[in-house]
Amino acid sequence: MNDPYKILGLAKTASADEIKKAYRKLAKQHHPDLNPGSAEAATKFKDISGAYDLLSDADKRARFDRGEIDASGQERADSSFYRSYAGGPQGARYRSNAGFDPSDIFADMFSRAGQGGGGFGRGDFHEFRMRGGDLSYTLTVDFLEAAKGAQKRLSFPDGRTLDVNVPAGTVTGSVLRLRGQGQPGTGGGPAGDALIEITVEAHPLFRRDGNNVLVDLPVTLAEAVLGGKINVPTIDGPVSMTVPAGSNTGTRLRLRGRGIAPKGGTAGDQYITLKVTLPKEPDAALSDFIKNWPGREYDVRGS
Amino acid sequence: MNRSLHYVAAEIGVTVEDLSGWIERRWVLPVRSGNNLAFDDADRARIRMILDFHRDLAIDDEAMPVVLDLLDRLHAARAQLRAVLGAVAALPEPEQSEILRKIQGETEQ
Repeated sequence: MNDPYKILGLAKTASADEIKKAYRKLAKQHHPDLNPGSAEAATKFKDISGAYDLLSDADKRARFDRGEIDASGQERADSSFYRSYAGGPQGARYRSNAGFDPSDIFADMFSRAGQGGGGFGRGDFHEFRMRGGDLSYTLTVDFLEAAKGAQKRLSFPDGRTLDVNVPAGTVTGSVLRLRGQGQPGTGGGPAGDALIEITVEAHPLFRRDGNNVLVDLPVTLAEAVLGGKINVPTIDGPVSMTVPAGSNTGTRLRLRGRGIAPKGGTAGDQYITLKVTLPKEPDAALSDFIKNWPGREYDVRGS
Repeated sequence: MNRSLHYVAAEIGVTVEDLSGWIERRWVLPVRSGNNLAFDDADRARIRMILDFHRDLAIDDEAMPVVLDLLDRLHAARAQLRAVLGAVAALPEPEQSEILRKIQGETEQ
C-alpha cells in the first residue's frame, strides 16, 4: 500500500476527526456495494479502508509515523461484499422483497408489439407472461437426519412455510429442487422453483464413507484379549456384536447392512475400528500382573 | 454454510441486540429451520454491509431501509438487464449484431 495519508488526502498532522471525515467521504463514493458493477471500486476501497484501519488506530498510526510498521493493512476479500451475492440465486429473496416489478417495462414493450407493431411479428403478445425466478436457500441437517432421511420445515421471513423431504443418504452439496416454490410468475406465468442446498453436520461418533458408516470403538483389554459380546452404536440404535478373541487396536469389524440405505439403492455397511483402551485410573493389580508377566517383552516396533 | 445468530453476530462484530433488530425490521432475511436461524453467505455479507453503512457511512435507522430498498431494486433491475442481454446473446446473426449496434447508438446506412 502507498502512503495512507495520501490515499485519504490528508496532511500528516490530521486530527482523528479529520481522518474519520475523509474516510467517510471516500467510502460513500467507493464502497463496492454502492458501486455494484465496478471492479475499480473494490481496489480503491481496499486502499481506502486499509488506510483508515491504520490511521484511525492511535497506536498503529504512531508506530507507522515512527517507521516501526509499514502500511500493509487488512484486506477484505471481495467475496465478502453483498454485491457478490446480490445478483445470483442467494440474493433472489432480497430482490423480490424490494417489490421491484420489472414487468411494467416489459409489459409496455410487449403490448406495443401486440398492437401490430414491428419487430415481434408473430405478435400474440396481448399480455406479458413470464416464469418466476428460482429462489435459493441452504439447509443444514445433522448426520443422522441426512443418513436416514428426514422431513424438515423451512419458515421464510414472509411467514410462508415449506416442508422439505430430505432423502436418506443425502450428502453435503446436494441440491433439492422443489418445483413451483420459487418466485411467482408474472401475468399468469408459472412460478419458479426453490433450490435447497444441503449441508450435513459432522457427528461426534459416526463418519461416512460412501454408503458405509465408520466408527472408532474403544474396547477393554479383556474384550480384546478374550473376545466377547458387546453393544455397538449404529445409526439405527445399539446392536450386539461379537469381538473375536485376540483383537487389537486397528482390528476392523464389519456389520453388514448397517450403513446408509439410500432410496432405491443397496444399504452400505458399518465398519468398526477397535481401539484397545486401558482403564482411566491406574490399577495396582494390573501393574503388578504386568511386572511379573513372562510374556511382557514382545516386539512391536520391529527393532 | 449456515450459522446461528450468536455465532454470526460475534463473527461480524455486531451485538445480538442490533442483529435481532435488523432481522425484525426485515433488513436481513435468514431462513428459519425448526428453532434455528440459518444465515447463508449472502445474509452474512448483507449484515457486514449494513454495519459498514451504519458505522462508516453514518446511515441512520431512518435512512437505512430507504437505502436498502433502493439497493435491492437496483440489483433486481441489473438482473433483468442481464436476462435481456442473455437473450440477445442467444440470437443468431445478423439480428444480434443489429440489436447491439442499436444499443450502442450507431446507425446503419
